[in-house]
Amino acid sequence: MTTTSPENQQATVHRPSVRRFILPIAVALTVLFCLAPILWELLTSFKTDDAIAEIPNVYFPSPNQLTLDQYQKLFERRPFLNYLFNSFLVSLASTVLALGIGAPAAYALARLKLQGERIILAGVLIVTLFPPILLFLGLLDIVRYLNLGNNYLSLIIPYTAINLPLTILVMRSFFQQLPKDLEDAARVDGYSTPRMLLDIVLPMTLPALATTGILTFIAAWNEFIFALTFITREDMKTVPVAGAQLGGASPFEIPFGPIAAATVLGTIPLVLLVLIFQRRIVQGLTSGAVKG
Amino acid sequence: MVDYVRAQERRTGWLLTIPAIAVLALVFAYPILRAVWQSFFTINLGNQLSPAFTGLDNYARMAQDGRFWNTLWNTTIFTVATVSLELVLGMGIALVLNQSFRGRGIVRTIAILPWALPTALIALAWTWIFNDQYGVVNDILLRLGLIQTGINWLGNPTLAMISVIVADVWKTTPFISILLLAGLQSIPSDLYEAQAIDGASPWQSFRQVTLPLLLPQIVIALLFRLAQAFGIFDLISVMTGGGPGGGTETVSLYIYATVMRYLDFGYGAALVVVTFLLLVLVVAIASFFLSRSRKRASGAV
Repeated sequence: MTTTSPENQQATVHRPSVRRFILPIAVALTVLFCLAPILWELLTSFKTDDAIAEIPNVYFPSPNQLTLDQYQKLFERRPFLNYLFNSFLVSLASTVLALGIGAPAAYALARLKLQGERIILAGVLIVTLFPPILLFLGLLDIVRYLNLGNNYLSLIIPYTAINLPLTILVMRSFFQQLPKDLEDAARVDGYSTPRMLLDIVLPMTLPALATTGILTFIAAWNEFIFALTFITREDMKTVPVAGAQLGGASPFEIPFGPIAAATVLGTIPLVLLVLIFQRRIVQGLTSGAVKG
Repeated sequence: MVDYVRAQERRTGWLLTIPAIAVLALVFAYPILRAVWQSFFTINLGNQLSPAFTGLDNYARMAQDGRFWNTLWNTTIFTVATVSLELVLGMGIALVLNQSFRGRGIVRTIAILPWALPTALIALAWTWIFNDQYGVVNDILLRLGLIQTGINWLGNPTLAMISVIVADVWKTTPFISILLLAGLQSIPSDLYEAQAIDGASPWQSFRQVTLPLLLPQIVIALLFRLAQAFGIFDLISVMTGGGPGGGTETVSLYIYATVMRYLDFGYGAALVVVTFLLLVLVVAIASFFLSRSRKRASGAV
C-alpha cells in the first residue's frame, strides 16, 4: 500500500484517457452480452423458414425474408393463449398468497417479540437454498394423496411456498426500517393490533408489497419442475413447460421458427416487468439477499 | 396490564406467523423427511410399488452405482465452472455499471434482463444458438475461419457440457452483478480518493478497498449460486436432456429420471437424501471458508 512502483504511477496519470476508451467498450460488450441471444431469438421468430435455414446465417433479412408465419404456426399447433393464461393465473394467485401469508409473518418477526424468532428466521434462510428437485418427490405424494394432479392448486401452493422466504426477508427488512412512532401513536389511541395493522401499517406497506410481488411473480412464471410433474393436461400447462415440449410433426423436423415465437411470447411479459420495474427488482433482490 | 399487553402481542405474533410456518413445513420440511423415510424402503416396479423395508440397501446400491457417481462428477464440474465464471464476469459487469456514463439506467435494465427470463425458454434459445447446422456460434466461427465445418456442440459430451455452462453463465451472471453493484454503491468514494492520493493503481485500490468491502455481498452471491447450480435442472433438461451419453446428466436429472421414468421411488428418495446432505455440506464448507477469509480481510483493512 505504501510502496508504489513507477508503472503504477504512470497508470494513475493515464487513467482518465484509458477510461475514456475502455469504458464505452466495456458498456457495449455488456449490452451485447445481455441482449444478443434474445435479439437472435426475436429475429428468428420473424424469419421465413427459408431464411432460418439459410447458410451462412442471415443477420439482416430483406423484407421478403420476414414473416409472421412462425407465430401463426405456433397458434395453429398449440393452444398458446391457454398456456399464457395458465401462467398468469398461477403466478398471480401464488404472488397474492405469498404476500398475504408472508407479509404478516414478516411483520411479526420484525416487530413483535416472538419466542423462537431466531430459529424461525434461520429456517427461512436455510429453506431459500433448497433446490426444487429435492421437494418434488415428497410433493408428488401430497398431490396424489389430495388428488390435486392437473389442478392449479398443485402449482399455486408450492409456488407460494418457494416465494415465502424471499417475501418474509424483504418485508421484514422493510418493516424494520419503518419508523415505529405511528404504530405507537395508534396504540395510544386505543387501536387493537389487527386494526392498527390494517388501517395504519398496510397503506404504508403497499410499495414494498409491489416490490416483493414483482419478484415472486417472476419466480412463479419461470418455475419448471413442479409444472412439468404435476400438470399433464395439455390445456393446463404453463408457458415454460409447453415451450420446452414443442416438438415437430416428426422426430426429424424441429420447428425452430415456432419455438422462437414461443420463446418470444413467453418472455414478453417478463421483459415488460423488467422494463417498468427495474429499480424495484434491484431493490427487492438486494434487500432480500443482503439484509437477510 | 403490561403483562396482558405483552401476552396479547405474543398471541397476535403467533397468529401472524403460523400460516407461513405451516406452508413452509408442508412444502419444504415434509418432502425432505418423507424422502428420509422412503429411502429405507424398496418401492419400484419390481414389487408393484408396494413398499418393502430394506434398511440401507438403497444407500449400498448408490455406492456401487456408476451412473450416480458420474452425475455427481458432472454436477461438481458444472457448479464449479459456472459459479466461478459468473463471479468474475458478474464482478466485471458490476464495476462497469457502477461507473457514471450516459444511458446508465437503460444499460442497468438490460443487464438484469437475462436473470428475469424463464430458464426453460432461454434454454431453447441457446439450443438454437448452438445448433450444429444453423447455429450462430458455428456461423461466427466459420466466418472467422476458425473452423472448416460446423461443430456438433450438443452432440459431444465435453462440448455439450461447455454449452450448458455458457448458457447458465449468461442466464445467472446478472443475479451476481445486481448483488455486487448494490455492494459497490455502498462503498464511500472518499476511500478511493484517499487511495488515489496515496498513488495507488486502479488494481491496487480494487484489491485493497473494493474486494474486502464487497466480501459480504460476494459471500451471499456465492452461497445462493452454489445451491442453485448444484440443483440445476431446467436448463440442462431442455438443452441436452442429460445427454449425449450422460455427458451432461447432473444429480437432479438422475433423480428425476429415477422417479418419473423408472418409477423407482425408494432409490429416488435415497438420492434426494444424499443430494440434500451434500448440498448442506457444500454450503457449510463454503460459508466456513468465506467467513474465515472475511475475518482475515477485515483484519487487514
